[in-house]
This record gives sequence, structure tokens and C-alpha cells, in this order.
Amino acid sequence: MSIEIYIDLVLVIFLVITGLAVIYVRNLFAVAMLSGIYSLLMASIFVVLDAVDVAFTEASVGAGISTVLMLGVLAITGNREKVSHKSSVLPLLIVIGTGSLLVYGTWDLPMFGDPNAPVHMHVAPEYISNTYKHTGMPNIVTAVLASYRGYDTLGEVGVIFTAGIGVLLLLSKRKTKKEVNQQNKLKEKL
Amino acid sequence: MELILSHINYWVAILLMMIGFYALIARGNLVKTIVGLNIFQASVFLLYITFGKVSGGTAPILQKNTELYSNPLPHVLILTAIVVGVATTSLGLALVVRIYESYGTIEEDEIAELDSKEEN
Repeated sequence: MSIEIYIDLVLVIFLVITGLAVIYVRNLFAVAMLSGIYSLLMASIFVVLDAVDVAFTEASVGAGISTVLMLGVLAITGNREKVSHKSSVLPLLIVIGTGSLLVYGTWDLPMFGDPNAPVHMHVAPEYISNTYKHTGMPNIVTAVLASYRGYDTLGEVGVIFTAGIGVLLLLSKRKTKKEVNQQNKLKEKL
Repeated sequence: MELILSHINYWVAILLMMIGFYALIARGNLVKTIVGLNIFQASVFLLYITFGKVSGGTAPILQKNTELYSNPLPHVLILTAIVVGVATTSLGLALVVRIYESYGTIEEDEIAELDSKEEN
């Protein structure tokens, strides 16, 4: 076993603690910061697992933009989570049921880092050996994303564009704070 | 011990999925629901990246004197998924803002209460 697995182990334990804290903490600003920390830890794990491109995307998008968006929303909606009176027994049962089924499914999975795992046998070696010949790019992830699967990436841009339009449509009919205050005053009078 | 070390990432991915799933279905606060959704998503990312790792391999950037690279294909998939994930997050948060402005609250049970009052 290489040293990587031990670094991974430590980071993964931090990750679980952060996840549990997200459920436990009721201050939503703290939850937003915890979700940023969670993404940053996830990015560190991606570096350990050799996924450097994914790591810096996760660090900038997950820990950066998502946290900023969440803080922006919390500035509008306020930061306290109400104590819930809902019973948490049924959700807990569902979650534990799903989890144990999935754990049962992991017995068949290949060992961590096994070079003979089926996932490394089929298409990946061709990309690794031919990418430089075909595209002239040393970074295989970039080559696949922008060259081999360029149209898929274009489709992804379409998805983000649609989401952007959706956000714009949802937020363009917002009332200003002044109008909301006036409305509240009217309601109080009635 | 070896089994634990070699499967720990899968189990942690499942544990994180459970945490995210729980936050998603058991918590009434809409912002927390979205954080739960993010945790759920990231756990799937962890699972995929774990599949791509080859021990002794390096990051899939071609260089001289290196033979063994980790599998680049899961990385490509997850790179796309992260970006789509932030798009869904932003859409969800925009919906939360709209709900807050219409109802004055982001707690699910209070919203349901207001709705049932309106119907009566």
C-alpha cells in the first residue's frame, strides 16, 4: 500500500465530520461555510487521486462560486433554521436501507488502485496511447473534453445557458425591498 | 485491514451519500436541502474518481519517462458533472429566493401551512 491511501484516509475522515456537521448545525451561514470546506476537502482528495483537473474545477466552482451564491441567498432569506418537528425515523430508515444495499454492492468492486480493474482495460489505454498523436495535447483530460468530445462540451454549455436563462427569468420579476416593505405595511393595516 | 483500506473510499462515498440524502429528505429548510443535494453529488464524484485511480500512476498529463497514468475518462465525466451541478444549484437557489419572496419563509412545513390556509 502506498502512502497515498493514508493521506486519503485522513482527508476522508475530515470529509465525513464536515458532512455530519452540516446536518447538525442550525446556523445557515455556518452551513454555507461548511459546504465550502467540504468542497475544498473534496478537491484535496481529488489531487491525491490524480484528478488534478477535477480538483481545480471543484475548488473554484464548488468551494468558490457555490459558497458565494449560497451566502447571497442567505443574505436575503436570513440565517436561522427552524427546529423541525417532523419525525426523522422514516427518513433515517430509508437512508440506512439505501446505504446498506449499496455497501452490499461494494464487495464485488475492485481493490483501490488496482491497475487490472475492468475500468482500465477497455477504452482508456487507447486514449492514453493515441491522444498525443491525434490532438497534440499532453493533457488527456483536456484533449477528451475539448477535442474528442467537443460536441458534448458544447451541449454542456447549452445546459448552463438554459440554467442561466432560468435564473434570470426567476429573478427578473422580483420586487424591490421598498415594494415588499410597502406591501407588508398594507397587510398590517388590513 | 487491507480490505478496509482498499474499500474505504467506496464506503465513505456511500456514507456521504447517506448524509446528503438524509439532509435532502429529513430537513425542512430549503437552503439546507440544497446543501444536502451538493453533498450527495460530491459523494458520487468521489466514487467515480476513486475508480479512475491506478496505484503508482500519475495524473493523466503525458510526460517523458512515465508509463503509468490514472484513468482520464472518469475525470472527464466528473468535470462535466461538476459544472452542471453548479448550474442546478444556482437554479435551486434562485427558486428559494422566489419562494421566500412569495411566502416570507423557507421552511417547508410553514409553506405547506400557508398553502392549506389559502385553499380553505
